[in-house]
Amino acid sequence: MSRRFMPLAATLAVLIAGTLFCALQFPNFASTRVLGNLLTDNAFVGIAAVGMTFVILSGGIDLSVGSVIAFTTVFLAVAIEQLGIPPFLAFALVLAIAGLFGAAMGALIHWFRLPPFIVTLAGMFLARGASFLLTTDSIPVNHPLYGELGDVAIRMAGGGRLSLVAMVMLAVFAAGMVLAHLTRFGANVYAIGGNRVSAELMGVPIARTTVGIYMLSSTLAGLAGIVFSLYTSAGYSLAATGVELDTIAAVVIGGTLLTGGQGYVFGTFIGILIQGLIQTYITFDGTLSSWWTKIAVGVLLFAFIVLQRVLILGWSARPATVARV
Amino acid sequence: MTGPADTPPLLRIEGLVKRFPGVLALDHVDFTLRAGEVHGLLGENGAGKSTLIKTLTGVHPRDAGTIRMDGAEIAPRDVADAQRLRIGTVYQEVNLLPNLSVAQNLFLGREPMRFGFVDGRAMRRAAREIMRGYGLDLDPATPLGQFSVAVQQIVAIARAVDLSARVLILDEPTASLDAQEVAQLFATMRLLKARGIGIVFITHFLDQVYAVCDRITVLRNGRLVGERAIADLPRLELVSMMLGRELAEEERQTARAAPPSGGPPLVAFKGYGRRGYLEPFDLEIRAGEVVGVAGLLGSGRTETAKLAFGAERAGTGAVAVAGTAARLRSPRDAARLGFGYCPEDRKTEGIVGELSVRENIVLALQARRGWLAPLPRREQDEIVARFVRLLDIRAADTERPIQTLSGGNQQKALLARWLATEPRFLILDEPTRGIDVGAHAEIIRLINRLRANGLALMVISSELEEIVAYSRRVVVLRDRRHVAELDGEVSVERIMTAIAASA
Amino acid sequence: MPMPAGLTPSRSLPQIAALVVVLLANWMVFPDFFQVRLQDGRLFGSVIDVLNRGAPVALLALGMTLVIATRGVDLSVGAVMAIAGATAATLTASGHGLGVVVPAALGVGLVCGLWNGLLVAVLEIQPIVATLILMVAGRGIAQLITEGQIVTFVSPALAAIGSGSLLAVPMPVVICLGMLLLTALLVRGTALGLMIEATGLNRLASFYSGVDTRAVGILVYVWCGLCAAVAGLIVTADIRGADANNAGLWLELDAILAVVVGGTSLFGGRFSLVLSVVGALIIQAMNTGILLSGLKPEFNLIVKALVVLAVLLLQSPALGMPRLRLPVVRARRTRP
Repeated sequence: MSRRFMPLAATLAVLIAGTLFCALQFPNFASTRVLGNLLTDNAFVGIAAVGMTFVILSGGIDLSVGSVIAFTTVFLAVAIEQLGIPPFLAFALVLAIAGLFGAAMGALIHWFRLPPFIVTLAGMFLARGASFLLTTDSIPVNHPLYGELGDVAIRMAGGGRLSLVAMVMLAVFAAGMVLAHLTRFGANVYAIGGNRVSAELMGVPIARTTVGIYMLSSTLAGLAGIVFSLYTSAGYSLAATGVELDTIAAVVIGGTLLTGGQGYVFGTFIGILIQGLIQTYITFDGTLSSWWTKIAVGVLLFAFIVLQRVLILGWSARPATVARV
Repeated sequence: MTGPADTPPLLRIEGLVKRFPGVLALDHVDFTLRAGEVHGLLGENGAGKSTLIKTLTGVHPRDAGTIRMDGAEIAPRDVADAQRLRIGTVYQEVNLLPNLSVAQNLFLGREPMRFGFVDGRAMRRAAREIMRGYGLDLDPATPLGQFSVAVQQIVAIARAVDLSARVLILDEPTASLDAQEVAQLFATMRLLKARGIGIVFITHFLDQVYAVCDRITVLRNGRLVGERAIADLPRLELVSMMLGRELAEEERQTARAAPPSGGPPLVAFKGYGRRGYLEPFDLEIRAGEVVGVAGLLGSGRTETAKLAFGAERAGTGAVAVAGTAARLRSPRDAARLGFGYCPEDRKTEGIVGELSVRENIVLALQARRGWLAPLPRREQDEIVARFVRLLDIRAADTERPIQTLSGGNQQKALLARWLATEPRFLILDEPTRGIDVGAHAEIIRLINRLRANGLALMVISSELEEIVAYSRRVVVLRDRRHVAELDGEVSVERIMTAIAASA
Repeated sequence: MPMPAGLTPSRSLPQIAALVVVLLANWMVFPDFFQVRLQDGRLFGSVIDVLNRGAPVALLALGMTLVIATRGVDLSVGAVMAIAGATAATLTASGHGLGVVVPAALGVGLVCGLWNGLLVAVLEIQPIVATLILMVAGRGIAQLITEGQIVTFVSPALAAIGSGSLLAVPMPVVICLGMLLLTALLVRGTALGLMIEATGLNRLASFYSGVDTRAVGILVYVWCGLCAAVAGLIVTADIRGADANNAGLWLELDAILAVVVGGTSLFGGRFSLVLSVVGALIIQAMNTGILLSGLKPEFNLIVKALVVLAVLLLQSPALGMPRLRLPVVRARRTRP
């Protein structure tokens, strides 16, 4: 097997082993009901993680996604409940705002040669501050549409529900895979992550792509915020703290190299499933506390980062075969 | 200029001038490339080869001169523009993306599209066809990084040519290839030559020049030395063109006292080397002796220095200092043994540009004392004052960043850094590169003075007269191997002959 | 006490000026700002409050300064604060005295720092990524220690660290000054400061000069962990309890901001501990000013974000230099 797929294979192995372990331990674990809940509970993290995958593939990082999600929920609550803006218009507005916000961060990163982590850190402050400014209270959203959308679901065999937000996440993952592997934008993202200078020499439009990457990440964070808003039916400026870390962890556990240039959107999906699996296990166990999630994720993160180091160090050991014709 | 007059030149550069602050990097250089020839562009570091290439491809704007392609004047703005003007460049460090597949590398930015999406299958099929054209049958979906450097080079060439290049510039493509890979690359070059493409080939390996080039142009210190057809150019003459000395010129002799004999040598390397880096070598250096290291660029000169200083770890061999076996696994070990090293690349490996002259000078001594034993400021100032006087370092203020000094004074400050540690063995890699004539002579005098004071020195230089002026013994390298050790009456001719001898 | 190098009047002027401007602005919106009174043997007043509340960030900034000077960053300091606080609170709650609690909390910080240092300097993982691991897992570890509870304790001795005073000066300020002196002694009283700056500016040249760049790398993270532990101890002592979820939350960002405002470049090199502390005080004075002016405290984050952007743009390598030369030649891979 190609070394290229090693991190992804390791991730899949962890997922399968984990699922088997859980299924053996808890008889009613392997059900569509559990699966449906897992997908629904992690929908917003998953959507944001797709954007983060592109950012990390390009060799960057986006620490602002959690704040953008919080801002989105607050904005929607204020817009729908207090200003009476129709939900779909509010959705469109907030996506546009998020997109512009990401584009601005990308522009700063590209034209001023600032490290992405510090720019997106400032973005994290800004977005969180902006949501505080809107309101510090938790505002419930009672719009009937929220209830209707909450009822949209596909019944799965075995009693599980595939909710609308879960479907949105699956669709975003599918679209992300298409974008990464079947478009020029995707090829350019991989190219920049592989080597920025070479990519520039090969004619990749660095500026446009960089701005596009951060715009995509923030827009998807906005979409994640909409999903979170539907999921919780509320807007709260302290919501989704630490989601940036969850998404980064999902991306890395999913086998994407933190140095950029290698990885798969599909891997991130597995990463999300693994995190969800850990949470579900802890819920099923009942005696374990939720902080074990963080520790387990930390341990996995460490293991995968070390795996990446080892793979990179041994990268050029064995060249691929070429036949002479 | 010889050559069939009826073949119009594909590319003609005339009177090209490029100035950098304080340096005339290209001084009215002419260069002519004909269709269907492999044209070697030769010269030592700083000769102006890469400046010529970068000015030609628009990376640097030129200050004067014309570039004509097929008789029409062109002025590329950047590499992409040069590519559009049908000039493709492939660098030594393959400038493709090892994380992408071969197909993606070939088609990045011009992927075949189908229904608005990249048509991966068509792309891979086309890529396979292209690579077959170069005699390689490979899976185009495999990441480029998993192939050998030679295959990566050929993919880079294929991309450049496929973007309709008529002029192909190969900048040191063979530097990290083994013999079989070089042969593979040369086959590709001959193939393209037959298709009428003009190839500019930059290399340091004489054997390769004779194996594949039709003509050569030699640059030295930013000036054109000459253009010659390779068929009637003796090796020795080529070396003398590159290393800057007419053989007829009178030999300069300097008094070179024999080192005190008897007792073990100060430093003795035995079977010292590392696979793929430098063939194992034996070398003994006595106190009060300068050993010169000569060879063309890329022959293993700097590698010898780095191994000898522990900056790179040796895979085989042993080192003894003053007769006792020593541990040499890092520069720290070397410094403890009383070694010092002034690297060739002053800016990235030598100076810490933003620190002051004083801090740069005391850095090695301080490192050797350990951080818990700081040099009192008074003592630092004394050391700095002493070396500023001794080496005549011209610095307006030793508290200003060292990067504000001229190259010669930076070099002297680096020497001071190691002299402050009272070393026994000093390794100098191109100590006179990039510094003005006055400082040049001073450094050579200094080397002689240090030798007279009983230091052992290893000095690498591409200026052979210089080596002859201070070395009693000269090690000659070729293809990352010590091929000769000249003793006694060392002369420029003897060194050149050893360099030029074919393998 | 050696004068910290790099603290020349011309370099420190912008920071000092900024602090003065912020303080004056505070005085303008709140005329009693500079009023200080002595009560129960301890100083009180808004200025004292700025110092007192600024102490944890100032402490973090001390360690962070050294890390950033080597061209690194430590995202885990907030989590380390939580771990140290949880350790101190749990041990105190189970009846241990200061003689056990303080060394244990500081020891935990050192271990965390050592972990980060090993990942960065030995495994050579990028600092953001390496310290991210502890940032994620750290709060889980802290909750593991407190068993998910908010641990409270009654211990006048430990509480005194947070709210006591020495010669009328609040204890956190005293401790912060002590750590500043200790850190300054560590880096400027020895040659470590020079090694740190050299390593941050040109790691390869430093390595070739015989500097133990690896040891320098480990040491700065260890010290950063220690500083974070001290800050965690103070916060725990102050609130007489440990909240693993919220202790030190977002303070890593304030610490980075303080260092950047203090003039240390994110690209490593010259640093000044005093100016980083000044940076921390500027941030705290802004916080206090926003509170005093009656503006919503929610403005805080936005102001901070704008300040960090402004400082970064001033430091930006792209500004001041005409648009860049294309770096065609890639750096060769070299050990270390």
